[in-house]
Amino acid sequence: MNFNTLHTTHGRAIPFATGLKLARPELTVIVITGDGDAAAIGGNHLIHAARRNIDLTAVCFNNNIYGMTSGQYSPLTPKSKKAATAPYGNIENNFDLCRLVIAAGASYVARGTAYHVRSLIRLITRGIRHRGFAFIEALSPCPTYYGRINGLDSAISMLQWQKEHALDIKAASRKRPYELEDKIIIGELFNSEARGLNIPEFSQEYWNLIKRVKDK
Amino acid sequence: MAATAKGTVKIMQGNEACVEAALAAGCRFFTGYPITPASEIAEGMARRLPPLGGVFVQMEDEIASVVALAGASWGGWKAMTATSGPGFCLMQEGIGLLAITETPCVIVNVQRGGPASGQSTAPSQGDVFQARYGSNGDYAVIALAPSTSQEMFDLTVRAFNLAERYRVPVIILSDEIVAHTREKVYIPPAEELEIINRKKPAVPPEKFVPWRPDADGIPPMPAFNSGYKVPVLSQLHNEKGFRADAKEGAAFIQRLNDKVEKNADAIVEVEEAYLDDAEMAVISYGAVARSALRAVKDAREQGLKVGWLKLKTLWPFPAGQVRAIAGKVRKILVPEMNIGRMVLEVERVSGGLCEVKPLPKLGGRCHTPVEILTAIKEAYR
Repeated sequence: MNFNTLHTTHGRAIPFATGLKLARPELTVIVITGDGDAAAIGGNHLIHAARRNIDLTAVCFNNNIYGMTSGQYSPLTPKSKKAATAPYGNIENNFDLCRLVIAAGASYVARGTAYHVRSLIRLITRGIRHRGFAFIEALSPCPTYYGRINGLDSAISMLQWQKEHALDIKAASRKRPYELEDKIIIGELFNSEARGLNIPEFSQEYWNLIKRVKDK
Repeated sequence: MAATAKGTVKIMQGNEACVEAALAAGCRFFTGYPITPASEIAEGMARRLPPLGGVFVQMEDEIASVVALAGASWGGWKAMTATSGPGFCLMQEGIGLLAITETPCVIVNVQRGGPASGQSTAPSQGDVFQARYGSNGDYAVIALAPSTSQEMFDLTVRAFNLAERYRVPVIILSDEIVAHTREKVYIPPAEELEIINRKKPAVPPEKFVPWRPDADGIPPMPAFNSGYKVPVLSQLHNEKGFRADAKEGAAFIQRLNDKVEKNADAIVEVEEAYLDDAEMAVISYGAVARSALRAVKDAREQGLKVGWLKLKTLWPFPAGQVRAIAGKVRKILVPEMNIGRMVLEVERVSGGLCEVKPLPKLGGRCHTPVEILTAIKEAYR
């Protein structure tokens, strides 16, 4: 891909992107992150970027595990699932990152899966076009370090699982709560523009501030 | 405040001088997190930057503050943050990131007592080794130590110039005394300030190899989206920006260190007095150097042949200057507001040529001139 890229230390992509976006507001800045990166070590940066509603697009590849370090549980590992550091089953509650960033102030929030690939591409495209903090959770199976230890021993069966458990938000709105218990809601979960809300974007606000105090 | 064509003279505390100097050097981006005794730097930048078209952001912590500098710097801006001990701890990870990505920027640490929360309103020099060795792995930074408001101004301008010249994070190790002492500062007219800017690629984008150093060991640095493709990696990388193999990795680490250590002669600054006929020398830096100078003058009046050396650069360590003194005097005394840190470097480079004595002062107070004079007299015998 023909981008300028910077690979930060673990968890710090959002503050780097924040600095770049404020220095060069004309740039389109995309953050690629994972569930451990965004929800654990970089969790503070995530909620503050959402609070500021800065025009970044953060795509979080959620594989429910620390795959690169060989399968330790993350804040998004579901309860009772096994991991290298949860050999008896995970007893911690897990985050719903989408609800978290909506609450924190993100103005575009969506969830997709690797199985629903065309819909995911659309969600990411819309997120990049959206002016404000866009967060897309992309469910991405890790057969090696999550699937194998949890009885889903192939990439195919994990994609099958996504097919069976994902439910589009429009379809979900017609279901009763008990019907959604084992479902994962996908699609556009929050879009301030679609709702007619005008949430100020941070880099724009900053340039407005500069203009205001410069003109004085 | 008296502004003339020949510059401005103003009574300022060190923290205020730091703000004015950073702006004069072209800094237009500041991120920080509230902390005593560095607050006036952030407050000054918050007030001064927006009217100049610059950006001040109070980040969620010091980790974000220092990493945001990398974003701004790769955006093509000059950027700074300021903190104190506890925040400086959080910044260590980011300092490693800035070092390995060869990102110019300035980090001010207004030192206070430590460890941990320590003494938030008292001075210290306890972070001098942390500034050099605080992040993981082998890397090099430049660290400067001002002792007056005027030096805070001069060294802040210099810090930006060194950062731009050598593509390294430059750390200013101030202390609470320098930060809050109000005294005269001369600000030269803008056209008299020497301002260095990072070198840009001299070749067209298709011929640009992002991490290939010039003969001086430093690669040119294009800003993001200026037509040059720049893959910036926080892992060891080769000249093209891909992950380095063992040989490439070794060469890269060596270069990161060499570009600072091998340019020590151009980087290091010291100030000296009474050293020509000295039989003993007092070596110090920061606020302590002021007490030391008074003590040395008093010792001279009492007929003791004592000289004075102030280190304005701590890293790279002024090895040549200190070794030259060690070859001339019988004893070196090193007063510091810590348990005895830079004295270890003095001892190392002295290599047994003379006796080296530490004079630590702990608990958040600076040595008085009398305390240093007493130690001089004891050691002089």
